[in-house]
Amino acid sequence: MNWLKYSAPQTFYSLAGKLAPWFAWIAVVLALIGLYIGFFVAPTDATQGEAYRIIFIHVPAAWMSMFIYMIMAGWAAVGLIMNTRLSSMMAQALAPTGAMFTFVALWTGAFWGRPTWGAWWVWDARLTSELILLFLYVGYMSLTAAIEDTRRADRAGALLAIVGSINVPIIYYSVKWWNTLHQGASVSLTKSPSMAKTMLLAMLIMNFSFWAYAIAVSFWRVRCIIREREQQAQWLKEVKE
Amino acid sequence: MDWAKFFAMGGYGFYVWGAYGVTLIVMIGECWLLRQRARTFTRRDGQS
Repeated sequence: MNWLKYSAPQTFYSLAGKLAPWFAWIAVVLALIGLYIGFFVAPTDATQGEAYRIIFIHVPAAWMSMFIYMIMAGWAAVGLIMNTRLSSMMAQALAPTGAMFTFVALWTGAFWGRPTWGAWWVWDARLTSELILLFLYVGYMSLTAAIEDTRRADRAGALLAIVGSINVPIIYYSVKWWNTLHQGASVSLTKSPSMAKTMLLAMLIMNFSFWAYAIAVSFWRVRCIIREREQQAQWLKEVKE
Repeated sequence: MDWAKFFAMGGYGFYVWGAYGVTLIVMIGECWLLRQRARTFTRRDGQS
């Protein structure tokens, strides 16, 4: 199977259209399983009571916000260096979903912070760098939307995305580098997780659900972008649906 | 299963459902906006 052929917008267009509904269904099913475990199986937290159940969406959303940014900057860089059309389109397709997850991470964080810290918002390093991430997404989206010529828009957006990616490790390590009110990581690659197994399971399943959601939505969006950019192309006129 | 107790979330109902509710709204909102964006094509293609 020649995978490279899918790097052409016209072949990826139909592939994305076929795959997106599957990922959407996976997202729904995993969310239902994750929420069931999160609300009915996982025990009440000894110190935070039921308020801790917000983490089942807060942590996956925060992970996604950083992960999507890196993928977006990666595709933007590939588009910039290799001058491949689909890579730049993929970067633009990911930005709104990344921004959405960043907003969700901030919002759910505020709704968790109020009952546990007594504050909706504090200007600590973790929260501030996550807010900057939201501005980076919004900046990338406004910049690429403001430039008429798509190739110039892709290049300018790619530069912003690449320079902005320095913020992602800052978010991740902020709880180590600075004395933040935000707690350190409960789950990391180097040590065993400091939480109950069912809590961790619910969080991981929700994370996979968000992954599937992000793939489905970005595939649908990249189809819109392909159609918008290749309006004059003959192949689009031959595509049914 | 006591649903009133479930929705009360041990007194944290406002925070838990405020977080989950808005998350659900923005995710559905994103899908809805995308549907609108895709529809501008089917509408225009149908006319031409």
